[in-house]
Amino acid sequence: MSEAHTHHEMSFWEKYVFSTDHKIIGFQYMFTGLFMALIGGFFVYVFRMQLAFPGIDVPGFGHVSELAYNSLVTNHGTIMIFWFAMPVLIAAFGNFLIPLMIGADDMVFPRINRLSYQIFLLSALVLIASFFVPNGGFGGSWTAYPPLSAEAQYNATPLGAPMWVIAVGLEFVAFLLGGINFITTLMNARAPGMKMYDIPIVLWMIVIASILFMCSVGPLLAGAIMLLFDQLIGTGFYNPAHGGDPLLWQHLFWFFGHPEVYVVLLPAMGIVAEIMAVFARKKLFGYKTILYSVFATGILSFVVWAHHQFIAGIDPRMANLFTVTTLIISVPIAELCFVYIATLYGASITFSTPMLWALAFMAEFLIGGVTGIFLGASGLDVYYHDTYFVVAHFHYTFVPIAIIGFYAGITYWFPKMFGRMLNEYWGKVHFWGTIIPFNFIFIPLFILGAAGQHRRISGYVHFPDLYTQDLQNLRIIATVSLIAMLAFQVVFIVNMVYSWFRGKKAEINPWKANTLEWTVPSPPPHGNFAEFPTVYRGPYEYSHPDREVDYWPQNEPGPDPAKSRK
Amino acid sequence: MSGPQSVGSPRTLTRTGPVIPSSLLAMVALVLTEIMLFAALISSFLIVKADASIWPPLGQPRLPVIVTAVNTGFLLGSGFMFFLANRRFRVGDFPASRKLMGMAVFLGGVFVAVQGYEWSKLLGFGLTVTSSIYGSFFYLIIGFHALHAVGALVAMLHLFLTFGPQGQSASRFLGTQVFWYFVVGIWPILYYLVYLS
Ligand SMILES: [Cu+2]
Repeated sequence: MSEAHTHHEMSFWEKYVFSTDHKIIGFQYMFTGLFMALIGGFFVYVFRMQLAFPGIDVPGFGHVSELAYNSLVTNHGTIMIFWFAMPVLIAAFGNFLIPLMIGADDMVFPRINRLSYQIFLLSALVLIASFFVPNGGFGGSWTAYPPLSAEAQYNATPLGAPMWVIAVGLEFVAFLLGGINFITTLMNARAPGMKMYDIPIVLWMIVIASILFMCSVGPLLAGAIMLLFDQLIGTGFYNPAHGGDPLLWQHLFWFFGHPEVYVVLLPAMGIVAEIMAVFARKKLFGYKTILYSVFATGILSFVVWAHHQFIAGIDPRMANLFTVTTLIISVPIAELCFVYIATLYGASITFSTPMLWALAFMAEFLIGGVTGIFLGASGLDVYYHDTYFVVAHFHYTFVPIAIIGFYAGITYWFPKMFGRMLNEYWGKVHFWGTIIPFNFIFIPLFILGAAGQHRRISGYVHFPDLYTQDLQNLRIIATVSLIAMLAFQVVFIVNMVYSWFRGKKAEINPWKANTLEWTVPSPPPHGNFAEFPTVYRGPYEYSHPDREVDYWPQNEPGPDPAKSRK
Repeated sequence: MSGPQSVGSPRTLTRTGPVIPSSLLAMVALVLTEIMLFAALISSFLIVKADASIWPPLGQPRLPVIVTAVNTGFLLGSGFMFFLANRRFRVGDFPASRKLMGMAVFLGGVFVAVQGYEWSKLLGFGLTVTSSIYGSFFYLIIGFHALHAVGALVAMLHLFLTFGPQGQSASRFLGTQVFWYFVVGIWPILYYLVYLS
């Protein structure tokens, strides 16, 4: 771990492609994830155009057949969750931040880390390749229920479907390797003096997310192997005619699928916590409360999965049970939101771009959380199930998590990552240009869902009840807002590229933050720390009364206020 | 407790001493995932079995219970040998440790070979992956276990062959050991659920 680095001139390939440096691997994950997000964004543009203006030739794509529509929707969901949210929130931020924030020079297993990214890249390539095989990519929804997913005669994608399963399987192996690294590194490579409660909350969140992932992914991998066998060898694991059971897949999928929500939620909440403490200049309220609530949420998240199957023919008594657990799990999450707000209470807040994103996360996620309670009640779900109400609900959770969470993180750590400051003005333009259209996309979808518009239909022309002028107007509002939101992402890309090369040079600690990554040069050199730091206190000692400056870096020698208070 | 501590070169300070060695922690995390994976396979099997009116399905051969019971003994013996090898390793008696490792590899190899032989007979009797859901689950679960066993044996063989007079990388020894205990430990459960009940 601590032997000195022998520095030699590294070639471009060594430095950026086959690097074992955690920062480079983090960037690889981030840029691959962002590239995939562009694909996912393009897909949603195409199928939203089809929904708003049925039958038109979509500019840049052409006519949208039913088969293409299904594939676009399926892969939009697949990409945004598995190839954007997870690589960017966990893998990119986790890789970049964990060693820097605990005062280490790299991950404990750097080569396993590199292997993790390489498998991830392979998985992305397999998925992209599946769009170009005969009949195109898989179109049986990101949840891939059999028999639709198991039999080519139903899904009409004899190659696309197995390639989808293989891509997802590979991706999970990649995150498994990454997760092992995260857990081991956080436990075993911390700077001297950094005790459990001195670890920045974002790292706890990323590591707990990794543990949740590792506990839940096994069943899905088992299910995926059986699905692949059904597709390729002709076994009947999910086929009742052969003695199999199609519901089996749903249980295995959602046993993973619900914890997966927290797998991506927790890193985003961690990012938000860091930003809030820094820009409120206050100690993070209830550090231990947050930690224990997250543990409770993590455990509960394994006993709520069947709320996705209320309509699938499960025993109604079981549905009742899962309604109760689902309502219980909203308690620690709601509590977390209150605790976060308590950090803001009475603070003099700096409304910088990262802070705006962090606050927007709270506001928008709240809407997602509250509408989730409607769906968690099995009685109401009978009506709302399979409508756009569900679509709007989970986008109000996943967009704050994946998109807002990412922007919060990237705007906050950009100076450290690239050594330059992002432009604040254009950062704010991008912020409002994203947040306002976002709400104009999904509020109409709540209304459409309540009106009974079901999902996974490529157009409503043949549904007279749903093809009214009022409802069609709502669809057009959503689509136009989507295009506006996508267009504003160009502002971010330009801002990022411009600032990267021409932005104001960043100091070591531009936000006056306490955590260890702000004690090394921006960007940090290979090996991170010239001298390994020692930690003397927790990460959130802001505006301490005994201090002249309003922050107190973790590595600054001196007393630990948490101890002297006793 | 409070107050500035010695601020020498931090490099010379001991870092937060790992309570659990990294290789062990990593392997435990992997094994945790594997346990969940096998748990899913087993519960899928039990659900399908409970759904079936006749089990095993008509016209499908019975599994070799007795031979496999004996074979289970070989596998458990292999695990025990690794355990003994570890005890010798701890006290620095590397030649003895190496010998016991060799025994562990040998007994593990016997287990896999007997399994393979029994499979070839079962295939002859008409139990294939697609002959029935019974066959599908048998080859999936038992095959998956066999795959793990082969992988672990390769690692153990490599460990055995690279054993020097100074012993062996302790972390690799530890990691391989944990994985082998997992493969050995889960087998009796699989045997009971798939072969006996
Ligand atoms: Cu859920």
